[in-house]
Amino acid sequence: MEIAPYVLLSLGAVFCAYKAVRSPRLLASALYLAVVSALVSVMLFLLGATEVAVIELSVGAGLVTVLLVYALSVVGEDAQDPPSFIPKPLAFVLAAAAAGLVGWMTLPILPLPQATRDLLLVDVLWKQRALDVWIQIALIFSGVLGILGLLTESQTVKEDEIEPEALESVSAVIAHQEAGLHKPDLAPEAEVRP
Amino acid sequence: MTLFNILMIAVACLLGVGLYGLLITRNLIKIVVVLQLLVKSVVLAFVLAGKVSGHPGIGESVAATVIVADTIVAVVALALAVQVRIRFGTLDIPKISSLRG
Repeated sequence: MEIAPYVLLSLGAVFCAYKAVRSPRLLASALYLAVVSALVSVMLFLLGATEVAVIELSVGAGLVTVLLVYALSVVGEDAQDPPSFIPKPLAFVLAAAAAGLVGWMTLPILPLPQATRDLLLVDVLWKQRALDVWIQIALIFSGVLGILGLLTESQTVKEDEIEPEALESVSAVIAHQEAGLHKPDLAPEAEVRP
Repeated sequence: MTLFNILMIAVACLLGVGLYGLLITRNLIKIVVVLQLLVKSVVLAFVLAGKVSGHPGIGESVAATVIVADTIVAVVALALAVQVRIRFGTLDIPKISSLRG
């Protein structure tokens, strides 16, 4: 099997992941995450896992990116990542040790000689792991509730951003209108003819 | 070097980058981004393990479950982050943890 596309995709994914971690702006991090998701989905497609690749591309690169950008637009100006308390060399050593441990444990594994596609994804999902599918449906409902919470909180921000002076001016305008001081040409409903 | 070795090195590198980011990040939304990075490597590892073990359907189904669960985690975490920003006025974790009352 040709391995050159996998090498290029892996290098691109690791580079974009590093840029996503080190970028000080959160919007750039979200976009780099979308690129990593797209590259991983291409790798999954080349590996033969087409269904998972489609789910990864639509959910990982689409839905999560849209949600991240929306949350950043709600959060606003402090979408910056402050410097860390942990020294970066120490964090690098710890992360490299964990990654090296993963590589040390998994690299000696040899593939089985016959990697046949004996069970399809649909069969496994609906016959062997049907309970997991129902749990996933329940999880999706909780995700919908989370999205509703996100939208509700953003509306709360807009209500909180109204200043008291603006409220006073609005109440003054309402009082004027109730006193009959508004101009008659501002009510076009009375002039509408069939 | 086989294809399995190359992809496993990529998985380990993605995992290492994600762990590094998790250690140095203080922003709540950035933590969601880094968790997504970690899960990307895990999904790739699951599919690869299913392919190597001769049962690709099982690996793919577990990967699909992980993607769904991770997306829900991201949605709920973003909603919580927005709520924390509204309540406390910041997304910086040390400032949030130093607040009382």
